[in-house]
Amino acid sequence: MYTAITDQVDESSHPKSFFYKYIWSQDHKVIAIQYSITAICVGLVALVLSGLMRLQLGFPDSFSFIDPSSYLQFVTMHGMIMVIYLLTALLLGGFGNYLIPLMIGARDMVFPFLNMLSFWTYLLSVIVLMASFFVIGGPTGAGWTLYPPASILEGAPGASNGIVLMLISLAIFIVAFTMGGLNYVTTVLQARTKGMTLMRMPLTIWGIFVATILGLLAFPALLVSAIMMLFDKLIGTSFFMPAILSLGDSVDYSGGSPILFQHLFWFFGHPEVYIVALPAFGMVSDVISTHARKNIFGYRMMVWAIVAIGGLSFVVWAHHMYVSGMNPYFGFFFATTTLIIAVPTAIKVYNWLLTLWRGNIHLTIPMLFAIGFIFTFTHGGLTGLFLGNVVVDLPLSDTYFVVAHFHMVMGVSPIMVLFAALYHWYPKITGRMLNTGLGKIHFWGTFLGTYAIYLPMHYLGFLGVPRRYFAMGETDFIPQSAQTLNAGITISAIIVGLIQLVFIFNAIWSLFKGKMAGDNPWQATTLEWQTSQTPPVHGNWGKNVPIVYRWAYDYSVPGVKDDFIPQNVPQDEVVMLEGNTGNNGENQ
Amino acid sequence: MKNTELPTTERHGDNKNTDLSWQSVNNDWSNDKQILDMPWGKLMMWIFLLSDTFIFSIFLISYMSARTAAVAPWPNASEVFALTIGGHHIPLILIAIMTFILITSSGTMALAVNYAYRNEIKKTVYLMLATAALGLSFVGLQAFEWSKLIIDEGIRPWGNPFGAEQFGAAFFMITGFHGMHVSIGVIYLTVIANRIRKGYYQNKGYHIVEITGLYWHFVDLVWVFIFAFFYLW
Ligand code: HEM
Ligand SMILES: [Cu+2]
Repeated sequence: MYTAITDQVDESSHPKSFFYKYIWSQDHKVIAIQYSITAICVGLVALVLSGLMRLQLGFPDSFSFIDPSSYLQFVTMHGMIMVIYLLTALLLGGFGNYLIPLMIGARDMVFPFLNMLSFWTYLLSVIVLMASFFVIGGPTGAGWTLYPPASILEGAPGASNGIVLMLISLAIFIVAFTMGGLNYVTTVLQARTKGMTLMRMPLTIWGIFVATILGLLAFPALLVSAIMMLFDKLIGTSFFMPAILSLGDSVDYSGGSPILFQHLFWFFGHPEVYIVALPAFGMVSDVISTHARKNIFGYRMMVWAIVAIGGLSFVVWAHHMYVSGMNPYFGFFFATTTLIIAVPTAIKVYNWLLTLWRGNIHLTIPMLFAIGFIFTFTHGGLTGLFLGNVVVDLPLSDTYFVVAHFHMVMGVSPIMVLFAALYHWYPKITGRMLNTGLGKIHFWGTFLGTYAIYLPMHYLGFLGVPRRYFAMGETDFIPQSAQTLNAGITISAIIVGLIQLVFIFNAIWSLFKGKMAGDNPWQATTLEWQTSQTPPVHGNWGKNVPIVYRWAYDYSVPGVKDDFIPQNVPQDEVVMLEGNTGNNGENQ
Repeated sequence: MKNTELPTTERHGDNKNTDLSWQSVNNDWSNDKQILDMPWGKLMMWIFLLSDTFIFSIFLISYMSARTAAVAPWPNASEVFALTIGGHHIPLILIAIMTFILITSSGTMALAVNYAYRNEIKKTVYLMLATAALGLSFVGLQAFEWSKLIIDEGIRPWGNPFGAEQFGAAFFMITGFHGMHVSIGVIYLTVIANRIRKGYYQNKGYHIVEITGLYWHFVDLVWVFIFAFFYLW
């Protein structure tokens, strides 16, 4: 063994000054919080942008500061921020950082310095991205897919500076992600504590682990296409640019292939969906199991489903390109793989339901959000089956049906899990509980509001309302009533947006006034709840790292006094019910 | 799910299993020890190189795609990359020399790793510096090649007199990206060699030499592909 996992803490390595403790910190927990706060702040920007878009769609011609260009810029920045800078960063940089070492019983990531660098690089990418709001021409309005030729030609909003900053920011983000990701993978593989076998890891870790590997293999495609597009834009190469007329003049490009960009983008873009979804799957499994006081149903199946989904996600990308023109046999191939990926996904949904089945369900706030997730995810997943078929996708592509689909499956669902996770782990992170009453308002408002926003959008899609349109204008096939619906959607969206303020208030208020949480408020089994201090200190475990004796899901074991056995409790220390001997915890 | 089936803590540690059946592979991977019997840094380098492999593959695939999609004819590599030495027109001579240099540097690197594990520190340092020097001369020759292509032959990323403009674009982008890797490798080697000389790794062990070597061999291997796809196709 080369690098034994240190059992003893080196006291001298704990930083003393405020600066090194909270700013230039190499502690994975501090880095996680820095990541999370940054991500949530940009996420709020994206939320405001979505509100502005909705105002325009619901009440066209009432807002003079939103013109067609700025609408497109809002769409683009909203989409990109939500997918990359909020969800990816919060799930992996935030929760990945916080939970990996704690859940596997390590003292920190294997290379804390690199980890710190990862955050600062991420912050830089965010700053570059935000700078694009302030440059001449504003941010890019090319859509989050950034398809050339439009994205870099005169005429697209932000084609002068915005697109350049966007591409640079993405490249920086990828560097940041790589530094973090290498750490997460190595830590999971090499730094688990005694007894923590791979098949005893909580599903949260499995989800984050596989998602990180996906990221390390998928982001290269985005990096390369960003570099090539930057060259096309800045020095006039023609990787993606065919000979083309722009605003009546022929442009100095020739022979490039815009379709190549689409392939590269989606080779990244589809796995990206699972980079976001897999950590969410993992976390929701743990939340459900803990709050239903029941072991997760089919743990091994869940692990293999995560791995299978991860692998399959690399061979489905062209289902985003059915309308781009491709050989019909390709369409057949990609439709088939797309439908196959539904199998492991469905297995996961069944297993969540079977975990809930006859569980001792505590309707805590995390549990509410987790159950909400099962609804929204099933819903979005089913419409995904429609869109995976070429013939169904052709008429629905680029309509609001697609907008409704992807918001349900990769917008709202991961957000639901993020809220579940925030309510679930907030007590560990801060030492205090979030307020339950406010939490209920937040949950019901968000959950019902989500449906009020997105259900009608499916219908708009059937009517043929196109996505990325500033206004519908006079269109024969779209009835007047669609506008009424749009106004309704907008009102719901504004309400949902405002309800998020309740959460922010709750998070800040509870930090000072919340009920003290204690070490293990949910009576959970996993290691992060077994630390001797809450919030855990630098080094996590005090003198000795915990030793793991069991899997992460020993809830309601028959014959045992408590309804949970933490992972670090050895068999002979389990307290039995009066008059019950032996055979505990061994056969559920 | 039976807990009793899961390995217990006694299996922790490096109980090297020499039995190569699937069962033992399975045991290794489901065990609680470090999955791969190597230092953290080395594993991390492997994972990084895997990711980097994807970057280079995508570069090369894009190049192939651009080449097949280009409308103008593709320039003839053996003519573009020819050098006239002493009145003789020799195709691919420069690139042959560069490739030879890089492959030699892989050899010196391998020797460095070998000596590092034998604790012959002086030799290790010299061999690493030799590797770095070879890398540097590779970069130098590349700069020479670039300037020849740019100045003498008028090849630019946005166009060239021989045909499809994607030729120059892909060439400069990919060899540039590779050259950047070599340059970073040269710096990396020099820094590590210097640290070794100062005794920084005396107590930590010399795995770092192997890790550096992994990177260096990777960069060489990538070059072989670039060479094949640009100069021989
Ligand atoms: C209250 C919450 C949200 C509202 C009201 C909202 C609203 C919208 C609207 C109005 C559009 C533009 C539709 C169009 O004109 O084509 C849009 C696009 C989009 N949204 Fe959201 N959104 C919300 C949350 C999210 C979240 C959480 C995600 C995370 C994945 C997300 C991802 C996207 C993406 C990727 C696009 C496509 C951008 C493009 O077409 O380039 N949204 N959203
Ligand atoms: Cu997809």
